[in-house]
Amino acid sequence: MNLYKYASPATFYPLAGKMIPWFAIPSAILFAVGMYVGFFVAPTDFQQGDAYRIIFIHVPAAWMGMFLYVLMAIYAGIGWAFNARLASMMASALAITGAMFTLLSLVTGALWGKPTWGTYWAWDARMTSTLILLFLYIGFISLQSAIDDTRRADRAGAVLALVGVINVPIIYFSVQWWNTLHQGASIRILGKPTIAAPMLAAMLIMLAACWFYSVAIVLIRLRCIILEREQNASRFAEVNV
Amino acid sequence: MLRWIVWRDLTLAWRRRADILSTVFFFIIVVSLFPLGIGPETELLRSIAPGVIWVAALLASMLSLNRLFANDHQDGTLEQLLLTPQPVFMVVLGKVLAHWIVSEIPLVLIAPLVGLQFDIPNDTLWILVLSLLIGTPVLSLIGSVGAALTLGLRGGGVLISILVLPLYIPALIFGAGAVEASIMGTTPAPHLYLLGASAIVSLIFSPWATAAALRISVE
Repeated sequence: MNLYKYASPATFYPLAGKMIPWFAIPSAILFAVGMYVGFFVAPTDFQQGDAYRIIFIHVPAAWMGMFLYVLMAIYAGIGWAFNARLASMMASALAITGAMFTLLSLVTGALWGKPTWGTYWAWDARMTSTLILLFLYIGFISLQSAIDDTRRADRAGAVLALVGVINVPIIYFSVQWWNTLHQGASIRILGKPTIAAPMLAAMLIMLAACWFYSVAIVLIRLRCIILEREQNASRFAEVNV
Repeated sequence: MLRWIVWRDLTLAWRRRADILSTVFFFIIVVSLFPLGIGPETELLRSIAPGVIWVAALLASMLSLNRLFANDHQDGTLEQLLLTPQPVFMVVLGKVLAHWIVSEIPLVLIAPLVGLQFDIPNDTLWILVLSLLIGTPVLSLIGSVGAALTLGLRGGGVLISILVLPLYIPALIFGAGAVEASIMGTTPAPHLYLLGASAIVSLIFSPWATAAALRISVE
């Protein structure tokens, strides 16, 4: 089987349609299982009470936010280097989901911080670098939406995403050093707790659920982007837009 | 080629001297607004001075980025420059160097005066100048990528700030950190070394990215 034929938006469109249920349904099941384990099986933390349970969505969201940025940059780079339209479309489709997860991790972190640290926001190194990651996502999305010509939008987005990826480690370390210099303002995360097995299980199940959700939603968005961009191609004439 | 581009841009800038001055005045006015908003306590002002001056420098240098390629793009010179047999890298480097001389050097020179407004000690004023001298090339270099990407777009001015400001953060942290360390009485050397490292990394990478972005935008 020649896999390269799926690099064409026209052949990938029906394949994506077939793949979506294979990711959407496991995602729904995993979310249900993960929430059950998280709410009813995992024990209450003796220090933080039930408030800690928000980490079951917070930690997977933060991981997905970072992972999707790198993935987006890789796809954008492939699309730019090999002139592969589908890869560029994939990058655009990934950006919004990545930004959504980054925002989700910031919001859930703030909601967890209020009862635990006593404040919604502290300029902790990890929070600050997550906020900057969100800014980078916003830059990518607004650059792409400001350019009408899709070819230029794809390539300009690729340059920005790659520059961003080189900068992410620099930003991360600079923020960390900045934070340790301003000791007074920072709040230490409580001493490393040994995580109970059901807690870890719930977190991993939720991570898998988020991953399946991302694939499904990105494929749905990718199909929309293909339809939008290829609406003049005759092979899509029969699809109802 | 490099010298020719720098010379040409400097001549063009000299014929529009008001543009240079407006950047400098913007810098001074932004910095002067902070005491009015915060209050005249010397102690407090001295502690926020490094951050305020550096943030104002960031904003001022970003303000002038629009001019980096826009005029040449409008009258078609940019396309001619890209068509020359010289590597685009050199064209970009020349224009960035000229931008640095025109827009950033005046800020570096005026910074000690602004520092006096915040009662920064004399020794630290030198560190402020030094940190700006090492740090502002980073701003010009990274900013050129944003300027090239947003070339000819509607709302380019606002867009460029969204693209570029997050990438300026390491320079801000190291630059303001050096001044702050000096005010606290510790050595600013580590911050300055890191700032220098950022300058070298951006000198190596960003002209390539800018050249690629220019080709995409002009195409």
